[in-house]
Amino acid sequence: MEMASRRKNDSVEDEKQLSPFPDEVLERVLVFVKSHRDRSSVSLVCKDWYSAERWSRTHVFIGNCYSVSPEILVRRFPNIRSVTLKGKPRFSDFNLVPPNWGADIHEWLAVFASAYPFLEELRLKRMTVTDESLEFLAQSFPKFKALSLVSCDGFSTDGLAAIATHCKNLSNATLNMVYSLRIRNLTELDIQENDMDDLGGRWLSCFPEKFTSLEILNFANLNSEVNFDALERLVTRCKSLKVLKVNRNVTLEQLSRLLMRVPTLTELGTGSFSQELTLRQYAELENAFNTCKNLHTLSGLWEATSLYLAALYPACTNLTFLNLSYAALQSGELAKLLPNCPHLRRLWVLDTVEDNGLEAVGLSCPLLEELRVFPSDPFDQDMILGVGDGVTESGFIAVSRGCHNLRYVLYFCRQMTNTAVATVVQNCPDFTHFRLCIMKPCQPDYLTNEPMDEAFGSVVKTCTKLQRLAVSGLLTDLTFEYIGRYAKNLETLSVAFAGSSDRGMECVLGGCAKLRKLEIRDCPFGNVALLSGLEKYESMRSLWMSACKVTMNGCRLLAREMPRLNVEVIKEDDSDDIQAEKVYIYRSVAGRRRDAPPFVQTL
Amino acid sequence: MSRPLEHDYIGLSEVSTIENSEKISSSSSTVSTEENENNNVLNLKETELRLGLPGSESFERKAGFGVSLSGRVVEDKNGYPLGAVKNFVSGAKRGFSDAIDDSGKWGFSGGGGSEVDLAKGAVLFSPRGGNGGKSHGGLENNGQQLGLASPAMKDSVPPSPKPVQEKKPQIPAINDHGNAPVAKAQVVGWPPIRSFRKNTMATNPAKNSDDVEGKSGSGCLYVKVSMDGAPYLRKVDLKIYSNYMELSSALEKMFSCFRIGQCGSHGVPGRDGLNESRLMDLLHGSEYVLTYEDKDGDWMLVGDVPWE
Repeated sequence: MEMASRRKNDSVEDEKQLSPFPDEVLERVLVFVKSHRDRSSVSLVCKDWYSAERWSRTHVFIGNCYSVSPEILVRRFPNIRSVTLKGKPRFSDFNLVPPNWGADIHEWLAVFASAYPFLEELRLKRMTVTDESLEFLAQSFPKFKALSLVSCDGFSTDGLAAIATHCKNLSNATLNMVYSLRIRNLTELDIQENDMDDLGGRWLSCFPEKFTSLEILNFANLNSEVNFDALERLVTRCKSLKVLKVNRNVTLEQLSRLLMRVPTLTELGTGSFSQELTLRQYAELENAFNTCKNLHTLSGLWEATSLYLAALYPACTNLTFLNLSYAALQSGELAKLLPNCPHLRRLWVLDTVEDNGLEAVGLSCPLLEELRVFPSDPFDQDMILGVGDGVTESGFIAVSRGCHNLRYVLYFCRQMTNTAVATVVQNCPDFTHFRLCIMKPCQPDYLTNEPMDEAFGSVVKTCTKLQRLAVSGLLTDLTFEYIGRYAKNLETLSVAFAGSSDRGMECVLGGCAKLRKLEIRDCPFGNVALLSGLEKYESMRSLWMSACKVTMNGCRLLAREMPRLNVEVIKEDDSDDIQAEKVYIYRSVAGRRRDAPPFVQTL
Repeated sequence: MSRPLEHDYIGLSEVSTIENSEKISSSSSTVSTEENENNNVLNLKETELRLGLPGSESFERKAGFGVSLSGRVVEDKNGYPLGAVKNFVSGAKRGFSDAIDDSGKWGFSGGGGSEVDLAKGAVLFSPRGGNGGKSHGGLENNGQQLGLASPAMKDSVPPSPKPVQEKKPQIPAINDHGNAPVAKAQVVGWPPIRSFRKNTMATNPAKNSDDVEGKSGSGCLYVKVSMDGAPYLRKVDLKIYSNYMELSSALEKMFSCFRIGQCGSHGVPGRDGLNESRLMDLLHGSEYVLTYEDKDGDWMLVGDVPWE
C-alpha cells in the first residue's frame, strides 16, 4: 500500500501525547473504513484522526460537484484512486435544466491529471463529458481501470473510442470511446442512459487484440450497430468477463454464440429478444442459457415475446435482479416466467403486465425487496383509453400481499386510492424508498375524489425507516404536515403539483431533521416557505424549486443571510424579473461557481 | 354533410365526432363499407392525413407530446424536444393567443380567457393555491372543442386557483363528450421519466399498437400520424424515408386498413393482398391530404418545405 509522499513528522511529540499508536498504524486501520459517512465521522474526532483519515482515503464521493472545488479536494486528499461525482440537479433528467448548465468534468480531470496520476476509477452521474475530456482521460491516467457514466451528456461514441483505445487496464467500460489505442488495464466500461451521440459501433473494434482485462462491459443503451465479430473476439479473450450487457442490435442468434463463450457471466443484458429462429437455433439458444448458471442479474430483453422467453428459464434459477423494463410483457408471460426465479429480490417491469401480472409477482416472489413499474405509454399516445391502461391500485395491493419484504417501490399508475396505499404499507411496513407517481397531476383518489393526503400520511406514519419519498396526486398542505411530523428519517423528498400554501413546505423543512435533498416543482410555495428553511439549507445537499411562487427578492434575501449557500436562479428568457422561475440552492465551500453560463445567476 | 374544411378547424363537426364514437365502439378495426361512404361525405377535413395532433379538431385524440413534424419525443442534443411541445390541444386556430411558450417548456399553453397571464412557462395545472402569476387560463376549454381543448389533467379546472376539486378523471369526460380519447396535456418533464427510456419506449410497441416501422438506428424521428376516422393513431419514423413520396406511400399503406376491409389481426394490411388500384381509388379518390402542425401551431401542407 504505497502512499504518496509522507507529510512531515513535525509533531512527533504531540503524537505521543494524544494517541496511543503512531499515525501510520491508524492509517492502516482506517483503510478498512469504507463508507464515506463513516470516514467523515472519523475525520471529525480530532486532528490526528483527521490527518490519518485524509492520508488513508482512496475513494471519494462528491454528491454535488459544485459543493467543493477540485483544488480543495486534492489538497485534502492526496491519495485518491477512485472518484464518484454527481453534477446536475436530478430534475435535469426530465429536461428542467437548460443545456450547457455546467457540471463539466474537464476542470476536474485537469487537476486530477497532476494530483492523482494513478487514478483508477471514475464514476460520473449527470455530468457533462466531452469527447475531448474522454480522450484526455484516456491519455492521462496510465492505470485507469473503470469508467462509469450514468445520465451524462456531451460525448459521442468517438469519445468512447478513445477510452477503448487507450485504457489498457480497463476493467469496467461503460462508455465507449475509441480513438487511440493505449488502453491497458481497463476493467470496466459502463455506459448507462446517457445523452450521447451515437456515431457508430466501431469503438468496439478499437480494443486492441492484446486487451484482455475487461470484466464489465455495458453498452446496452447505445443504439448503433456494433461489429459483432469484434465483440465476439473481445468477449472470448477477456476471460474475466463477468458483466456483459449488449444493445438491441445484437440478435438472439448472436447472443447464443456469445453466451457459449462466457459461461461465467454473472450479469447479462440481452439484445433484441425477437428474431425468427429455426428449431436448431432455438435449441442452441436454450443450450446457451443452460450454461449460464451463475447469472444473478438479467436485463435487456427488448421486444421479448412469449415465443422465446421459455429459453431463458434455465438461466433464471439464481436470479436476484430481473429487469424487464424494456420488454412489453403481458401478464400471462410474466406469470410463467416468475416461478423460475425463486430468489428474486429486485424486479423492474413495464405496466403492460397490468394488475394480473402484479398478482403473479405477489404469488411468486416472496423474497422481493424492490419493485419498479414503469409506464409503457406515459403520454397516452397510442392507447384507446380504457384498454390496457397499465396498473392500478389493485396491482399494488396484490404485490404487497405477497411480498412483505418490500423496501423499495417505484410505481407509475393512472389511478390510486388512499385506502389502497394504506393497505400496502400495512402489509409492507419496511419501506425505505416509496415513490408513487400518479401520472395525471393533481389527481385525487379516484373513488372518493378526496386528496391523496391520507395515502402519504399512512406511508410516513407506518414506514418509520423511510428515507426517500416521491409524492403525486392531489395533495394539500396536510400531506406535508404529516411528512414533517412523522418522516423522521426522510432524506430525499420529491414534490410536484402539490400543496396549498407556504405552510406545506414549512412543515417539511421544520420537521424532517435528516432531510438532505428537496426538489419541488409547480407548487404554491413562496418566499415565506423558502425563508423558513434559512438555517436548514446548510445541513442539506441541495434544494430545487421550479415553477413555484418564489421571487427574486426572496432569493436575494436568502443569499444575503446565508453567505455559504449558493443561491442560483436559472433565467431562460427575459420574462419578468420578479419571479424566480427556477431556483437551485446548495451549500458549498467553494464559493460561487466560476463557470456559470449567462442564464444562471448567482445571487 | 360535406364540410367546408381544411381551414376551419374550430367548431369541428359534431357529425364527425359521432362518427368517431361509432367507430370507436365498433369492435373491429376495419371500417365497414357503409362507413366508407360516410367517411367520404363526412368531411373533407376528415380526409386529411394529419401528422400530429388535430388539436382543436373534431377528432379528439390523445395529445401526443409535441406532435409537430419537427420532432417529437426525440430530443435534440440538448435534451430539448425538437419543435415545440406545445401543440396542445389548443390546436390550430385557437382562440388563444400565443401564450404559447416559445421556449417549448410547457406543452400546454395558457390562454383563452380568464386570467391569462402570459407569463412564461404558464403552468397548466394550477394545483389550486395556484402559482402566483402563472396562467391557469389555459385550462379553460377553448370553447367549442368537444372536450378536447382542455387537455389537462383536469377537465374543468376553474381558472382561478381555488382548492376546488373538480377534477374529473379522464374517462368520464370522454364519455360525456362521446368523443374519441381526449387529448392530454403535456407538461415538460412529466411524468418523470428519463429521456432514454422515453425514446426507447417510442420504438418499443405497446401491446395494442403495431410495430412501428423503422429501425432503432441512431436517432429516430417519430411522429404521430392520425387519420380522421381511424380509431387509433400510428407512429412513423421520419428518418427512414428520404423524400415525401416515400412517406406518403408509407402512410397510405399504413392507413389503408381503415379504408379497405383487408386487415390482419393487428390492423396491418396484408402484405400480399394489397390491391394497389383499389387502394389508389379509395385513398386518392377521397382526396386525402397530408398536413402537419408546425411549431407555431399552424396546419401546413406537407411538401412545401424541402425534405431535409
